Amino acid sequence: MSALLYGRALKAVVWREVLRFTGQRGRFVAALVRPLVWLLVFAAGFRAALGVSVQPPYETYITYETYIVPGLLAMVLLFNGMQSSLSMVYDREMGSMRLLLVSPVRREFLLAAKLLAGAAVGILQCFAFLAVAALTGIEVPPAGWLAVVPALLLAGLMLGALGMVLSSTVRQLENFAGVMNFVIFPTFFLSSALYPLWKMRESSEILWTICAANPFTHAVELIRFALYGQVGWEALGWVSLATLVFLGLSFWAYNPAKGLMARKAGAGEG
Amino acid sequence: MGAGTDSLEVEGIRFSYGGARGFALDGVGFTVPAGGLTALLGVNGAGKSTLLAVLTGLFRPTAGEVRVCGRSLRREPLAALAAMGVVFQQPTLDLDLSVRQNLAYAAGLRGMAGRDAGPRIDALLERFGLADRAGAKVRLLNGGHRRRVELARALLHRPRLLVLDEPTVGLDLPSRRALLEHVHALCREDGVAALWATHLFDEVAPGDRAVVIDRGRVVAEGPVEGLVERAGADSLEQAFRALTGRAAA
Repeated sequence: MSALLYGRALKAVVWREVLRFTGQRGRFVAALVRPLVWLLVFAAGFRAALGVSVQPPYETYITYETYIVPGLLAMVLLFNGMQSSLSMVYDREMGSMRLLLVSPVRREFLLAAKLLAGAAVGILQCFAFLAVAALTGIEVPPAGWLAVVPALLLAGLMLGALGMVLSSTVRQLENFAGVMNFVIFPTFFLSSALYPLWKMRESSEILWTICAANPFTHAVELIRFALYGQVGWEALGWVSLATLVFLGLSFWAYNPAKGLMARKAGAGEG
Repeated sequence: MGAGTDSLEVEGIRFSYGGARGFALDGVGFTVPAGGLTALLGVNGAGKSTLLAVLTGLFRPTAGEVRVCGRSLRREPLAALAAMGVVFQQPTLDLDLSVRQNLAYAAGLRGMAGRDAGPRIDALLERFGLADRAGAKVRLLNGGHRRRVELARALLHRPRLLVLDEPTVGLDLPSRRALLEHVHALCREDGVAALWATHLFDEVAPGDRAVVIDRGRVVAEGPVEGLVERAGADSLEQAFRALTGRAAA
């Protein structure tokens, strides 16, 4: 009976997230246009400047466009994770978070369900992007389309959990622009999304160290290997670890007794 | 649970937001019997919203006990929450979903099966005069209708205790009266216990009970007529002033 109850709650959370997403066409278009601009404009300009040599998982020389596809997939998930966390802040400000928190289902389960729902929406966006990229001639091995799903799911959960931790620290919707500047851009640029790490190392050892420690780098590499039907074991380990840490932090942050939510609630009316 | 028993028992609740502000709730205790409306009366800042956040499990108290239909909120939180329906002070509907979608989402969160939820949603929409608005986006509804949707949502799982946090904020007079009448009817006909937080005395009817809260403490509790009489006052408003030294907010 209890498993049934949890199954229904999970279904409700995912269903609402998908309904909200399909109702927001602008969000879908933005999610698609953003990586395409990078792929078609940025990559065209930088193709000549940034030659990429043969490196795993690639078996031959590849174009720059091909190199940045996994990074752009991870970017789609990063923006989607932040968008989901933005909706958590919105839900909290609008009060719909309360509805979630007073339902007779364990809070951790609801947070995990919300993460899963967000990751599902992110995967939909990733496939839309891959389809358009394929139309422009950037090909991924057919098996890669399937093999990448678990990698996208795990990376989506990690970035969603990161977003959830951030959402618990942001009190107002207005402050979210700061998160965009201070989290999304450094996360994206200090990673292997746009350039291989060995190239970064040639310019700065410190920047390389930061890039190598960035969980986003590992998410990109996990997706990169999966697209070619391989498992990046090191990346898998780091992404799993980071997911658990962010998940633990978000459970803590949304715990009524200990977390940030209880402390911040003080300003509320009597 | 029949009339005469307590659907909500609150004992010695203490809660602090931390820092030097002391206790926001200091030893709060009262009961809410089944089959009647209990008004939680207090000015803004008295501790009503904090208390309701504790009663609904959003905040955990540092001391004290809350029991919903005999289930301890501390030891059996999920069972206690399952017996409770909540109408929040802030509107909490998803404006971009339809009335029915909002209710179906809430039913799913409560673990209700689709085949049970569908007829239940229909019945509640009918009861609150919303049947013709079922497919409308909530954004298009006026404040009174939205509140009725929230009341319907709180009742989906047939709770024995209904908690309402200043539910008439922003409503015009006819909508306020209609909402109050709906809740009184629920208490009368279905034996539901309602805890209605407010600072408006005209929302308290003869025959209701009242719990007066001030500076985080309960200063009086009981049937309205008895409170007025004990305070030697002519009206609830006068009695409130005598008990708290404050005018109504």
